[in-house]
Amino acid sequence: MPMLHTVNKSPFERGALESCIRLAIKGSSVLLIEDGVYGASRGTAASNMVENAMKDLDFYVLGSDLKARGVDENRLIDGITVIDYSGFVKLAVENDKVQAWL
Amino acid sequence: MSETKKFLFVNRKAPYGTIYAWESLEVILISAAFEQDVSLVFIDDGVFQIAKGQDTTELGIKNFSPTYNALGDYDVNKIYIEKESLDARGLTVDDLLKLTYEDEDDDWAEKDSIHVVSSAELVDIMDQQDVVLSF
Repeated sequence: MPMLHTVNKSPFERGALESCIRLAIKGSSVLLIEDGVYGASRGTAASNMVENAMKDLDFYVLGSDLKARGVDENRLIDGITVIDYSGFVKLAVENDKVQAWL
Repeated sequence: MSETKKFLFVNRKAPYGTIYAWESLEVILISAAFEQDVSLVFIDDGVFQIAKGQDTTELGIKNFSPTYNALGDYDVNKIYIEKESLDARGLTVDDLLKLTYEDEDDDWAEKDSIHVVSSAELVDIMDQQDVVLSF
């Protein structure tokens, strides 16, 4: 059953996002938060991996964490949805389970 | 006895997910206040520390990126960024804070503190130090 995966580590420093993508069942949602938001930028060493994963997974990124880090929304990979804290709550409620990739 | 040493601060972590970046900046300012010869290097996710446009108001935590602007006044003007780390993150020098200092040996002309260097150049920079502190 699809579920919500949160990733809070930079894809350049740790394998959390890579493991999440490898193990998330098709149709799941992946929410990038905290240092995880760096995985949402296009034109990086990690962007191909995310773009490929978007065929099977829905990607979201927390806007407040992007803003804090100076990552402009127009740098993001096309198709990643920016959400706020209430959007985060909505995703958590809509999904049966939440897995945090730390 | 007073002796000036060459200190290099190696910054490898993104700014807000952990406390390393902020702690590093505090120690850098202390070292500079003791008139040591301080250099900074930003590699790996450390390059995100000096990304411009940071705004932490929605997180309710301090945005310490403006503090890097004070480094020039502490004579900390050797700030090295590894090009390979920028490239991997889709960044260029235009995405970074513009950090400058006034050169007292050149009629206080404003000069760039930031130098983008290759990994090969960093090898030499690290080799020239007396003390290397990693964050």
